[in-house]
Amino acid sequence: MSTDCVSVTIDGCTIEVPKGTTIIEAAKQAGVLVPHYCYHPSLPSPAVCRMCLVEVEKAPKLLPACVTAVADGQVVHVHSPSAEKARESVLEFLLINHPLDCPICDQAGECELQDYVFYEGRSGTRYGDYPKRFNPVEVFGPDVLYVPNRCILCTRCVRFMDSVADAPVLNVSERGDRAFIGIDPDHALDHPWAGNVVDLCPVGSLISQDFLHKARAWDLDTTASICSGCSQGCNVMIDTRDDVVVRIRPRANLEVNRHFMCDHGRMHYRWMNRGDRTEAPLVREGDRLRATDWETALEHLAKSLGDAGPDVVLLASANVSTEGLGLLKRLVGDTALATTVLVPSGPEEPLVGIPDLALRAERVANASGARLLGYDTDWKAATGNLSRAKRVVLVDLPLDAELQRLLDESHARVVVLGTVDESWSEAVDLVLPMSSLVEEDGTFINRDGRVQRFQAAKGAPGMARPAWWVAAAAWARHAPDRTAEETAAEAFLTVASQVPSLDGITHGTLGFGGRRVVAAGAVG
Amino acid sequence: MGYPHPIHSSETPVLSTHFGDAPARTVAGWQERGGYAALKAALAMAPTEIIDTVKASGLRGRGGAGFPTGLKWSFMPTGDGKPHYLVCNADESEPGTFKDREIMRWTPHALIEGCAIASYAIGAEQCYIYIRGEFTEPWSIMEAAVAEAYAEGVLGDHAMGSKHRIDMVLHRGAGAYICGEETALMNSLEGKRGNPRIKPPFPAQAGLFGRPTTINNVETLAAVPHILTRGAEWYAGLCAGNKKSTGTKLISVCGHVMKPGNYELTMGTAMSELIFDMCGGMRPGRTLKAVIPGGSSVPILNAAEADTCILDYEGVVEAGSMLGSGGMIVMDDSTDMVYEIYRLAKFYAHESCAQCTQCREGTAWTTKILARILAGKGTVEDLDLLLDLADNMTGKTICVLSDSCAAPVVSGIKKFRNEFDDYLTAKKAPVLVGI
Ligand SMILES: Cc1cc2nc3c(=O)[nH]c(=O)nc-3n(C[C@H](O)[C@H](O)[C@H](O)COP(=O)(O)O)c2cc1C
Ligand code: SF4
Ligand code: SF4
Ligand code: FES
Repeated sequence: MSTDCVSVTIDGCTIEVPKGTTIIEAAKQAGVLVPHYCYHPSLPSPAVCRMCLVEVEKAPKLLPACVTAVADGQVVHVHSPSAEKARESVLEFLLINHPLDCPICDQAGECELQDYVFYEGRSGTRYGDYPKRFNPVEVFGPDVLYVPNRCILCTRCVRFMDSVADAPVLNVSERGDRAFIGIDPDHALDHPWAGNVVDLCPVGSLISQDFLHKARAWDLDTTASICSGCSQGCNVMIDTRDDVVVRIRPRANLEVNRHFMCDHGRMHYRWMNRGDRTEAPLVREGDRLRATDWETALEHLAKSLGDAGPDVVLLASANVSTEGLGLLKRLVGDTALATTVLVPSGPEEPLVGIPDLALRAERVANASGARLLGYDTDWKAATGNLSRAKRVVLVDLPLDAELQRLLDESHARVVVLGTVDESWSEAVDLVLPMSSLVEEDGTFINRDGRVQRFQAAKGAPGMARPAWWVAAAAWARHAPDRTAEETAAEAFLTVASQVPSLDGITHGTLGFGGRRVVAAGAVG
Repeated sequence: MGYPHPIHSSETPVLSTHFGDAPARTVAGWQERGGYAALKAALAMAPTEIIDTVKASGLRGRGGAGFPTGLKWSFMPTGDGKPHYLVCNADESEPGTFKDREIMRWTPHALIEGCAIASYAIGAEQCYIYIRGEFTEPWSIMEAAVAEAYAEGVLGDHAMGSKHRIDMVLHRGAGAYICGEETALMNSLEGKRGNPRIKPPFPAQAGLFGRPTTINNVETLAAVPHILTRGAEWYAGLCAGNKKSTGTKLISVCGHVMKPGNYELTMGTAMSELIFDMCGGMRPGRTLKAVIPGGSSVPILNAAEADTCILDYEGVVEAGSMLGSGGMIVMDDSTDMVYEIYRLAKFYAHESCAQCTQCREGTAWTTKILARILAGKGTVEDLDLLLDLADNMTGKTICVLSDSCAAPVVSGIKKFRNEFDDYLTAKKAPVLVGI
């Protein structure tokens, strides 16, 4: 055993942990959950809820596992009768004033009060018929509602705003059982990261108006993904109900976003449910675009690019996956006039309490991936090339007036890989329906050079396919000895083999925590 | 002297010698009465020498916990280069306790002198005195005294003409009982909500503003000059044989005695002597029913226990309670114990800082059950429930306010069960109270 480690036995399981580890964290490693409310690994611990009391041999009293550091040779009983009685009583105390309005509470099904009462609580009440504490619902901010009757005063929300967001607008007001969470009357809960209080709240006391009564937790499917709102690459969960995205929540990744995400990313999901999607490939037939099958469409694509030779400009969104960008680049070849991604920007909004966490100025997820693959980000230079181009390939770009004007002036023929229906101009020869990033598997590379996987959270509409699939299938048509990649993982292998810093990495080895492949700043 | 009545012959006046003696409130008046000699002497001593003297005297904290004062001071780091603080706890809000108020009202310089000596002993150049907000008269007397102490050179950059700086700041509380708990007090001084902190870290490691801090009660600090002047041995000798409890203790007696007030006793005096002799006994025609000996937070003693109780730290524990702050509430046979316990619970429910679940909800729930019993709507099961809640509220929270609410409930049900039964069986007419 190293001198920096101590040995501790928790519910019969002996483990070694670094000195200074709290009992609650050590217990996690021993596979024992210590029920808790106020404790949160990304917040300072005030030990106020007293839910995590455990029995420690030789200690005169039960100890709060969240703030008690393990000592060498310590024997801890999380499930001793005295510890269980103490926790049962905390649950009872929390419930006497709790409205039990679970049937209309958004938190039901993912509520830590429900869960722990189910594990360790009493089945009946001893409170009798006293009226419960009542305070009316308050609007705390643009999205956050406070339902004080459900509040268990764990103070996670207060501590987040104080210590993490550095915007101390919440407090505990009043004393005794009259206490509630108060808000500075001159401020709203409108910090760019304020939405995290909804996730932090263990009960349904702080709730999102955006998600209000939208779905029951148990009806949701949850998918691991990466936020596409900026180049930070916050790990997220996408919650869908019947293939409709209803909510995005942060997914813990201690090296990227800990347990948080910003409101920009959180609210940036309605586009995922758009109904006006291109669902079938379209080819030009005289003055109209006619729906066709993929065979025909891919044939057209291969031929169109073959005819153009090197006079191709590839313009893509920097929210296209690494797989898509890599195979598209292979498709248009190294001689293309330009391969460029669009990188929109906005103000940077840091979460000051967490080092290296901010809503980044680059408001796309894969600009670093694009740079690593040799894409340019100089949009002006790329569009300047349009006049020389014979073909322009547009990948997942909104066709705004400016782009339309440039295309009109260029006389180039246009191929579109897109997700939404537009009124395509006469210059467009081919429209290929693309799945959006929530409908496919893939990877992004964040500003710190970290490759991170995302998974398909819903089905793609109609005949839409991932960009990598389109690029691979068209590329394979150029020569009989070529075989197209059939999965995102295969596509990644192909791309990785071309980029030294990605060499040897696979979707499998990445897992869902991701891996940093190049030094921060090298691709940022 | 003596206030409000002359000093009884069985008292040992040390701190209370000048109670009622208004001229003692000035620097000159205090010096005429032997004051500030101890401070002068202390500033010429090595700090460790002072700490050793206080240790040898056996002085223990008078704020409630009875922790040995010299030992507490010795926990302060030395040579750490950080600012140290002394905090004087003058928040005296424990129901039944009113001794610190009298010390500040009559002998403000006794407190200033004690604070200055303690500051020097623990290496603090800055002392804060946190005074209960409702103490308007003690506040203005202390304010004037500190201003005069500065003007006379007792305090300041060269305290008593020495090379040591001792600054003193008075801070006025805002009416929360919990701010008397030492770590809540520090939060309050820092401008934060008065919530008790979790320990460790202890104040001597990281207290006020995160710096090494010693916090002592008014009475504790006021005793220090006497110990330096008259010697540790003299102080240690003030006891009735029990060497663990030494010196004098101010007992604030209130309730159904003929002469309520502060009485200064040598440790080890019999409670019966205090009640029946010094305080003039019970009101005519009444008999003793119960005593809460150490401020409202400690278990209730019945008459038999009170009768044999010795007033020192160990003696009161042996009788089944605690000496606490020395706030003694005496109740005669006219007292409705159920109502009294309800009233105490209501106090704690009101004052809980609301951090700990057991305390926030348990104090309020306990109050509601007691109100239901008083209203004649209680059941026998309610008593079991009260005892179980008390068990759930004891030993599980950040500070002991929660335990303090439980203690009188448990001892009350145990010792005065018949009075509860009278309400449960409608033998007694219901009392309607608000909750
Ligand atoms: C709820 C609560 C209230 C307290 N109120 C006071 C108080 O008003 N005055 C006081 O001196 N100590 C009070 N104490 C005790 C202090 O926390 C602390 O023990 C004391 O000030 C230490 O000083 P001493 O060692 O000189 O007694 C209180 C403790 C608790 C738990
Ligand atoms: S609102 Fe939620 S997070 Fe805030 S104190 Fe109440 S229960 Fe805790
Ligand atoms: S026991 Fe009560 S008063 Fe003490 S810290 Fe906890 S809630 Fe506050
Ligand atoms: S989780 Fe430990 S006291 Fe709240």
